[in-house]
Amino acid sequence: MHHAVVERWSRGESPLHRRDARAKIASLLVILIVLATAHRQFLLLSAALFVCLAIAAMVAHLPVGAMLVRAASILPFSGVFAIVCWLAGDNERALSLLLKSYLSALAVLLVVGTTPLPSLLRGLELLRLPRFPLMVAQFLYRYLAVISGEAREMRRAAAARAPLLTAATRRLRFRAAAGALAVLFARSYRRAGDIHRAMLARSFSGSFHPLETPRFRTADSVFLLFVSCGAVALRISIERFV
Amino acid sequence: MQPLVVTRGLRFRYEDGTLALNGVDFTLQPGETVALFGPNGSGKTTFILHLNGLLMGDGHVEVCGLPVTPHNFATIRNKVGIVFQESDSQLFMPSVLEDVAFGLLNRGMPADKAAECARAALDRVGIASLAPRPPYHLSAGEKKRAAIAGILALDPDLLILDEPTTFLDPPGQRALAQLLGSLPQAKILVTHDIPFAEAMCTRAIFFSAGAIVAEGPVAELVERFDWKFTPRR
Repeated sequence: MHHAVVERWSRGESPLHRRDARAKIASLLVILIVLATAHRQFLLLSAALFVCLAIAAMVAHLPVGAMLVRAASILPFSGVFAIVCWLAGDNERALSLLLKSYLSALAVLLVVGTTPLPSLLRGLELLRLPRFPLMVAQFLYRYLAVISGEAREMRRAAAARAPLLTAATRRLRFRAAAGALAVLFARSYRRAGDIHRAMLARSFSGSFHPLETPRFRTADSVFLLFVSCGAVALRISIERFV
Repeated sequence: MQPLVVTRGLRFRYEDGTLALNGVDFTLQPGETVALFGPNGSGKTTFILHLNGLLMGDGHVEVCGLPVTPHNFATIRNKVGIVFQESDSQLFMPSVLEDVAFGLLNRGMPADKAAECARAALDRVGIASLAPRPPYHLSAGEKKRAAIAGILALDPDLLILDEPTTFLDPPGQRALAQLLGSLPQAKILVTHDIPFAEAMCTRAIFFSAGAIVAEGPVAELVERFDWKFTPRR
């Protein structure tokens, strides 16, 4: 499963994995701003950022090839807008859209691939992001595997009772899939109620209490400073001196 | 001795109109272990959810001398621990250790002490090494043990376990029976596992159509309702 692979990456061991989530989130934000606002010498800046991100992935012992492929999953979405720009005759903007979205996805994947999601959400919480959407994200992440597992079992059960795919069974399967979707929704709804009950049974009163609060160390400050200044300096030097 | 649980004339109807409990009278003494038997849908799970106010029906429910009302929820939920039938519904935190510590932190225990208690509870159910793992990476049996640890950590006065042996292999069932046997608390076991109930319980209650239709020694009820699987030839 896609998220299980990234989850495995995030529990690795490297200098990047050891950095505090807040340092990585803030660095990512700087990189995204540098990228989003760039326009002059954009191809060169993209190439330089690509090399930097690839080196960072190698330092983090992440499979660079697999990362590059996964980052491309953003392209169908940004591609739509790129096609619109291309049809309007703005080829440069179309290319810039594709490159910016791809590099942004790569940078996000690098952060997500080196930070376990609970730490990432805790980092966002400590950065004062609203608690409610973070809680929703946490539950979504936890139960994604459960719900997709249920969907997989239902698909297997359906396939076991309709092994041959003919024109007639194809239509039946479509109807069965639509019904299964409704069942899955109802089950998810019921599960949400069960989870809430289980939380109340253990004295939940509306807020989560963390077991440990991560410490922001000197190394994290150095990392944040290095990445942020590095990204800004890279862009200024390319735009000014190339 | 004051009973630990008393219910009188407990009735509950779900929003869809289903009458799940139809006048349940029940008493549990401190230290007693009782099995709840009955067909699927007979109201066993609905009944136990009333014992710490997760569902509220008509009638009288009293736990540890306190009526189960919203005013007493916090106290009663500290005294009643429920292990739910589906472990996935109970394990919602990012790691097993955080999940086991969840209730302790909600009670206001300092984080370092909560982590220590959670580790001790995990050790009691034999899965101390799984503490840092995310719950969805566990097998069904491991999830069940983690869910039990989450309740044991709270050291409740009353332990309620809904189908505790489901997904546990025979050695896991033996270990659970041994563990539960060593705990002094009163216990209510909702189960279809007759050998487990025979080993653990002094008394059994039989539910049917939302009411208690019989109670007595486990073996007697099993015999009376033909509640044991024996292949007919």
